[in-house]
Amino acid sequence: MGRFLLVTLQVDMHDQLALRLQDDLTNAIQVKEAKGVLIDISALEMVDSFMGRMIADISGMARILDARTVLVGMQPAVAITLVELGLSLPGIDTALNVERGMRLLEGALSDGDGHRPR
Amino acid sequence: MATVTGRGEQPLRNEHDIVLGRQTVRQLAREAGFSLVDQTKFVTAASELARNALIYGGGGELKWETLHDGIRRGVRLSFEDHGPGIPDLERALTDGWSSGTGLGLGLPGARRLVNEFELHSTVGVGTRVIITRWK
Repeated sequence: MGRFLLVTLQVDMHDQLALRLQDDLTNAIQVKEAKGVLIDISALEMVDSFMGRMIADISGMARILDARTVLVGMQPAVAITLVELGLSLPGIDTALNVERGMRLLEGALSDGDGHRPR
Repeated sequence: MATVTGRGEQPLRNEHDIVLGRQTVRQLAREAGFSLVDQTKFVTAASELARNALIYGGGGELKWETLHDGIRRGVRLSFEDHGPGIPDLERALTDGWSSGTGLGLGLPGARRLVNEFELHSTVGVGTRVIITRWK
């Protein structure tokens, strides 16, 4: 996928697996010199505060490594639940699906000014 | 008065048990006829409380009951641990307060996702959180 990494999260990860993903992904950003990361959570039937924090952490780490993260494919029931839980994922860019997420990243990179996509 | 139509329990001893607990709760919620949003809310609340029992309580049990109350159907879950207990219940129910490394959303967040919420804790004995959601 060129400059972008696509990560598809599977249903019902346990916590250690989620933490290992964080390690693997930050390594992959460096090795592949990725400029963008798409995290596809369309297969996730729920996101609790632990997973939400993991996603936010990945986004923050990627930003420090000069890569932008877009969270794609969140199911509506998951979005409703996350907000009620109190986790609104501030500062995380989202898109409805992988294709739109990719366009968001491409748009941000073609700006070439190093700012995060709005 | 609600009638109990089924019950069971399973251990919460490790992370894999949290995953199994979520699957059990999803199935119970589906069988009770919850909407997809309500299933998701209930499973998410269960996930928060199961992790609390494991991380702060050192492990415990998930006990569940399926309920009938007239035409209403519901599911009640009890998360029990034998950990250190919570000294200040009010503070533990405050958004953003955490005794550990968490976000402090577990208890107050879970409370918002269910219809009924009970928190019992005795220092040195353990903690029990009971949540109920009705269709």
